[in-house]
Amino acid sequence: MRPFIYERVSDWAAATQAAGGGASAPVSYLAGGTTLVDLMRLDVMRPQRVIDINALQDGRYGRIELGQNGLRLGALVRMADAAAHPDVRHHYPVIGQSLQLAASAQLRNMASLGGNVLQRTRCTYFRDVSYAACNKRNPGSGCAALAGVNRMHAVLGGSDHCIATYPGDFGQALIALDATVDLISPDGARTIPFAKLHRQPGDTPDQETMLRPGELIVSFTVPAGPWTRRSLYLKVRDRQSYEFALASAAVALDLEDGAVREARIALGGVATVPWRAADAEAALRGKTIDEQTAMAAADAAFAGAQGHGHNDFKIELGKRTLRRALRQAAALEI
Amino acid sequence: MANAAAPTPKANMGAPAPRVDARLKVTGQARYPSDTPVGNPAFAVLVTSTIATGRIERLDLDGARAVPGVLDILTYENTGELKGVKFGQGSSTSIEDLGPEIQQAGQIIAVVVADTFEAATDAASRVKPTYSEQTPSATFGSPGVTQEDATKVSPQHKHLPQAGDAEAAFAGAPVVIDLEYETPPQHHNPMELFTTTCAWTADHLTVYEPSQFVYGLKNGVAQRLGIDPDKVRVVSSYAGGAFGSKGTMTPRTAMIALAAKRLNRPVKLVATRAQGFTIATYRAETRHHIRLGAARDGKLVGYSHEGFEVSSRPDPYVVAGVEDSAQLYAFGAVATKVNVVHADRNTPGYMRSPPVVPYIYALESAMDEMAQKLGMDPIAFRRVNDTMNSPIGNRPYSSRSLMTCYDQAAAAFGWKDRNPQPGAMRDGDWLVGYGCATAVYPTHTGPAAARVRLKPNGEARVQIAAHEIGNGAYTVIGQMAAERLGIDLASVTVEIGDSRLPPAPVAGGSNTTASSCSAVKKTCNLIRARLFHAAVTANDGPLAGRSADDLMLQDGKVVANDGAGESFADIFRRMGVAVVEDYAEFVPDGLKPQAIADLYAGKVDMVGGSHGDKVMYAMGAELVEVRVHVLTREIRVPRIVGAFAAGRLMNTRTVHSQLMGGMIWGISSALHEATEIDPRYARYVNDNLADYMIPVNADVDQVQVILVSEVDHDVNPAGVKGLGELANVGTAAAITNAVHHATGIRVRKLPIRLEKLLQA
Repeated sequence: MRPFIYERVSDWAAATQAAGGGASAPVSYLAGGTTLVDLMRLDVMRPQRVIDINALQDGRYGRIELGQNGLRLGALVRMADAAAHPDVRHHYPVIGQSLQLAASAQLRNMASLGGNVLQRTRCTYFRDVSYAACNKRNPGSGCAALAGVNRMHAVLGGSDHCIATYPGDFGQALIALDATVDLISPDGARTIPFAKLHRQPGDTPDQETMLRPGELIVSFTVPAGPWTRRSLYLKVRDRQSYEFALASAAVALDLEDGAVREARIALGGVATVPWRAADAEAALRGKTIDEQTAMAAADAAFAGAQGHGHNDFKIELGKRTLRRALRQAAALEI
Repeated sequence: MANAAAPTPKANMGAPAPRVDARLKVTGQARYPSDTPVGNPAFAVLVTSTIATGRIERLDLDGARAVPGVLDILTYENTGELKGVKFGQGSSTSIEDLGPEIQQAGQIIAVVVADTFEAATDAASRVKPTYSEQTPSATFGSPGVTQEDATKVSPQHKHLPQAGDAEAAFAGAPVVIDLEYETPPQHHNPMELFTTTCAWTADHLTVYEPSQFVYGLKNGVAQRLGIDPDKVRVVSSYAGGAFGSKGTMTPRTAMIALAAKRLNRPVKLVATRAQGFTIATYRAETRHHIRLGAARDGKLVGYSHEGFEVSSRPDPYVVAGVEDSAQLYAFGAVATKVNVVHADRNTPGYMRSPPVVPYIYALESAMDEMAQKLGMDPIAFRRVNDTMNSPIGNRPYSSRSLMTCYDQAAAAFGWKDRNPQPGAMRDGDWLVGYGCATAVYPTHTGPAAARVRLKPNGEARVQIAAHEIGNGAYTVIGQMAAERLGIDLASVTVEIGDSRLPPAPVAGGSNTTASSCSAVKKTCNLIRARLFHAAVTANDGPLAGRSADDLMLQDGKVVANDGAGESFADIFRRMGVAVVEDYAEFVPDGLKPQAIADLYAGKVDMVGGSHGDKVMYAMGAELVEVRVHVLTREIRVPRIVGAFAAGRLMNTRTVHSQLMGGMIWGISSALHEATEIDPRYARYVNDNLADYMIPVNADVDQVQVILVSEVDHDVNPAGVKGLGELANVGTAAAITNAVHHATGIRVRKLPIRLEKLLQA
C-alpha cells in the first residue's frame, strides 16, 4: 500500500469540498472500506487522499425510512442492517435478499449501501496490476480477459474493450424497482435514476459511473408499487455462501388473476452493469407464468448475449436462473 | 448426550483427550513462528517475476532504494554466495536463484528489506525489472512441453507395479472399460502464510519458520549457506496448517538468512497469499488412462493405469500413485506406467495424500463405471474383488478391514434405499444421487529418537522434534508417555518442533503418530525397566524380591498386581537420583541402523505401504448423498458418511477431527478447488482465497465419522496406522459417482462445476 493522507469529515459540505473537482490529487471516499482498502492493498487504487465519511451516518443518511411513496435508504446504512430491517424484508423482499445473499457476514456488517453499488469488478486482470493489459486500469492497454480465463465474466453489455462483470447484487434489486439515487457535490444536489448511474464499458471501460468528480451518493429512493411484495432475488453460484453470482435474477411481479400486469426483471453475474431485462418484461405482460412463457422471457433477456469461451455456459445458466426465479415468484404466497 | 466430536473408544482406541494446545490456539496464545519476538527486526518483502520464461535484462532499483527506510535489496547480483541444494535432496525445487534466468512465473527476483513492513511493501512495488521474455509452456497440451517415463527419471519410482499379462487379460475379458480422467492443480493454502524469521548470534543462526521437518530445514539451510549444520537451529512450535507445503525447504529461507547476516539484524518475512502460490509447492494437474477387465460375475481380471503428471522444467516430481492403487483389489493382471510432463511452472510437491488423491479418484471412478456396466451394486462389486493379498506379488495385508468399513457405513447411511437406476431418485426440484468410494492410505513408519525425563512427583517431560501441524502431535505423544509412565496426561510436558530436540521424521506420509509414539514408547520402557529394577532389587521395600514382569506403573507408583506398591519418590530416593531420564532411538524393522544418523543429517527413510513382505494400508469407505437442482444444476452434498479402520487409534477425538476434516477437503476437491492457469502466461489466475474456492460452512451439512476397530501388530510397535491423509482420498470419486447416479451424467474431469451438468 502507498502512503496517503487520511481525513475525517463531519458534514456533507466539507466532504464534497474536500473531494471536489478542484482537488489536484486523486481522492477517494471511505465508508465501509471493503472495496477501497482491498484495492489499495493490491495497488489498483492509489488515492493520495482518503476522506472518511462515516461520521455522517448519524443523520438520516444512516437511516431506513418507509413511507407511502416508497422506501428511502441512506447511503451509509450498512448492508447487514438493511438486510435485517423488517420493513425491507416485508415490503421489498428482493432488496433484503439481494443484500443477505451478498458477501460474508463480516463484510455486510462493514459495507455501506452507497459503497456497495460502486463495488469494483472482481476481474483478475483488473485486480492484479502485474497484468499489463486492462483497459479499465490503464486505458488503451487492451483486455487480457477477452482471450483469457473468463469463466466469471459478462455475457451481456460487454465490448471489445472490456467484459468485466458487475459484481454486486443489491444493484439488481434497485434497477428492477426503478430506484433513484440522490447525489451531492460542490455543484449542488441532484437525483438520477439508478439505471443511469453505471455506464457500460463501451470504449471507455475506465469510466464506470456517471458520477462527477467529488460527487457522493447520499441515499436511494425505491418507489412503492404493487409488485414489490411479490419479489425475490435468486442467486446461483459455486458455493452456498460468500461467493459472487454465476447468474442471478431480481424479479418483482404484479399479478392479476394469475396474469402478469407488470414484471420487473434484472440480471446479475452475467452483465457489465446492473442489467434491466426490459424485453423479458415485455414478453411476459398479460401472460400467465408457466414453463413456456418463462422460457420465452428468458430467451428474450439473453437474445443479445455474447460468450467468450469459458463463460459461454452463462447464457444457458442465466436463462435457467430467470426461469426458476419467475416460477418461484409467481408461486409466492403473499 | 454423546459428544460426536469425542467418540467413545471402542476396542484398541485411546481416550478422547482434548488437545492440550486447544485453548492456546483458540485464544491466540499459541506462538506460531512469525509471532516469535526477535529484537528490532527488519521486514522483508518479496518481488516475484511476472513472466514464466526468459531473462532479467535489467533490474531498476532506484525507485525502491529511494523509499525512506529501505535497508537492503537482495537480487541475483548479490546473492551468489548461496549454494544450490538440488530438488530431491531436501529442497522443494531446483529453481532457487533470484535470476537472471527465469524458469517459472512468480519466481523470487528480489528481497526488499526495510525498517517497516509498509516501507518494504511500497519499495517492492517500485522494483522495475526489464525482461526478455519467451513464450511459456503452461500445462498438458501446451506447445513445448516434454514428456519422460517416470521410471527413468525419478529415483523413488524406478519400478512400478506390474503383474501378469494385462493385454491378454483385456483381450479375454467379457467386460472391458477404457476411460480417461483428469484432476486440476491445487494449492495447499494453509491459513498461516509462508513466513521466515532469521536471527544470527555471532555465527549461529536461528530460523523461526513453520516447518514439517525441522531437521531437514536445519541441514538444508546450512548447506545453502555453506555453514556447519550444528550452527543452525530451526524452531517451529506450531504450523498453522501445512498439508505438505512446509515439508521441504523452499528458496526463501536461505535468502532471509542471508539478508539478516548482511544487516546483522533479525529479518522477518511474511509472504503474501498470492506469492504462496509460486514460492512453495502445489498439487500438479494429472491425467489418467485406465482400463479394467472383468468377468460377468464381477471378478476383475485386469487393470492398467497410465498416469501423466505435470512438473517443472528442471525437476521430475511425480507422485506415481499406481504404487498404491495397484494393491487395492484382486485385479488379476496389472500394468502401470507414469509419465512426467515438464512445463514452465514451479515445481510441484507433497500435498495431503499426494499419490492417492488423484490416482484413487481415477480408479474409484472407473470402479463405479465398471459396476454400472456389470449391472452390479458398487459396494457388492468391491466385495467381489476384496482381497487379503496384494495382487502384486501375492503379499498379505498386515490387516485390512475395508468391507467392514463399507458394511458399517452402508448401515448408517441407509444405502439399501438406493434405487440403482441413475436419475430415478428425486425430491421436489432436486435430483438425488448416492455414491461411494474407497479411501486408502499407505501406512508409513520412520525412525525417531526421544528423550524422556520423569520426576519423583510424577511429572514427565518428553522431548522429540516432531511437528504440530494440526495433527494433535502434542496430545498423542503426551498420551503415549502418560500411558507408559502411569501418570496423567496433564502431568506430561511435551516439547516438539525444535531442531535442538532428538530428531523425528518429516511430518509427512502420516507417520508422526506411528513413529513418534513408537520412539516415546521405547524410551518410556527404558525408564520403566530402571524403576522396576530398582524396586525389585532393593534390600527392603514393598516390592523387594518380586519379578519385574509382575509390575506396572500406575498413579505415580510402581505397583504389583496384588496391590503392593512403592511411590516414584521412594524409589528415586533409593536410586539416589533427582530425576530419571532416558534417550532412545527407534528404528522400524526394515531400515538400517544408519537411519537415525541419517535423520540427524536431515535425511529420512520410511517403511510400510506397498513395500516389504506385508503390505500396510489404512482404509475406509465413504458414502455420500448429492442433490442437483433439476434446472440450475447447483450441486449440494447434504450428507457424507465415512467409516475408517487404521489400527490403534491413539485418541478418538483427534482422529475424529482429522477424518472429518479430510472428508470436507474431499468435498472441496470434488466441487470447488482448482487453481486456474492462464496458458498464455503460465500464471495462476485465482491466487487468493476469494477466487480459489473451498467450501464454506453452508456447503458442509452432515458429516458422520465411524471409527472401526482394528488390531495390527505388524505395522509398528505402537500398532498405529497413520490416518491424517486417509479421509480426503476417494471422496471426490464418491461425489462424482453420486452425481452420475443423480443425473446420469458422468464427469471425468475435476472439479465438477455446474456448467458440466447443464447439457440436456
